[in-house]
Amino acid sequence: MGELLWILVSAMLVSNFTLSLFLGLCPFMGVSARVETALRMGMANIFVLVITSMCAWVLNTYVLTYAPYLRLISFIVVIASLVQIVEMAIRKISPTLFRELGIFLPLITTNCAILGFAIFQTNRGYNFIEGITFALGAGLGLTLALVLMASIRETSELSSVPAMARNMGLVLIIAGSLSLAFMGFAGLFSA
Amino acid sequence: MKATTPTEDLVRGIWKENPVLVQLLGLCPALAVTNTVANSIAMGLATFFVLVGSSLLVSTFKKVIPHEVRISAYILIIATFVTIADLVLAAVVPVIHKELGAFIALIVVNCMILGRQEAFASRRPVGRALLDAVGTGAGFMIAMLMMGTFREVLGNGSILGVPLFGQNFEPWVIFILPPGGFLTLGFILLTFGWWQERKAGTPRVRQWPHGVATPSREEAA
Repeated sequence: MGELLWILVSAMLVSNFTLSLFLGLCPFMGVSARVETALRMGMANIFVLVITSMCAWVLNTYVLTYAPYLRLISFIVVIASLVQIVEMAIRKISPTLFRELGIFLPLITTNCAILGFAIFQTNRGYNFIEGITFALGAGLGLTLALVLMASIRETSELSSVPAMARNMGLVLIIAGSLSLAFMGFAGLFSA
Repeated sequence: MKATTPTEDLVRGIWKENPVLVQLLGLCPALAVTNTVANSIAMGLATFFVLVGSSLLVSTFKKVIPHEVRISAYILIIATFVTIADLVLAAVVPVIHKELGAFIALIVVNCMILGRQEAFASRRPVGRALLDAVGTGAGFMIAMLMMGTFREVLGNGSILGVPLFGQNFEPWVIFILPPGGFLTLGFILLTFGWWQERKAGTPRVRQWPHGVATPSREEAA
């Protein structure tokens, strides 16, 4: 149990996917203008990560032991098609949920956080339960980073920003400060 | 799409539409592995190779690939080249390959590469696609090199591992740590913003959107 908690907290805070591993930066820059959108994006991310974790585990255990050089290609194909299938299923079963997550699902399938997650899981040799815990931690971490960023950006909308920072420069400086703050979590486990 | 000359295709991606510095595509590798110059060069070369190779193939086979499954086909082509780059790097420069780690594999989902296939290589003749890929790839390498140099010089006081300053230099470690990636690109973009603003001569104070009351100085503070 302690081991699982460690995986969860470390993926969420200590090595946060966005702020310390630089994965999933496109949505982090792209859809972090509003808190509500950011929250939905985060939810969709958690969802896809959990599916990815299961896919990657099945592939690693039963298929890729025979052909490890096919790892990259099979990961991306299987994940992309499975997410597509799940998306269709959700549309049929729960239109409300589809409206909440729908447009984001195909977008994040080819997001580097997802593939990066699958590769990390493989490299660290997690089993099924550990993999899902890792997925939850990573997804919560992404959501946290997105929501924090969106909150700061919503606030900065109404402050007088120098003209030269009106492009993405300001967002990157904010991200740098957030990343700096998250580095503080590095001491969480060493004590 | 309006017609462009071959020179335009080649030059465009290098500076005016630089994938990283202007279009903000492919940020993950640009921020993650630019902590030393050597890593930046290896990553830049690998991405350049993948981009040129896949543009060439996509452009060659554009008539054969059905429109409905084109994205999957592009990703498969890109993944093949990434696997080649991965194996070559592991064989030639094992140390750097180990440091770059998962980020080599992540070239597959670099949106810059997929973007060039969808926007350019799938619609243009092979020669033009090649020029465009070379230009964009070179632009990516320039951006990587800029960031890598900036970060290694400030964060480690060296270039390619060769120390630049004397014993008394205290490295600004934050620049080789993750926040340094964000800050470096942030500073570069701020410089661009400042430059553009000077050129355009726009007012220095932010224009308030219609209907928003301008806060007084005390309220803003």
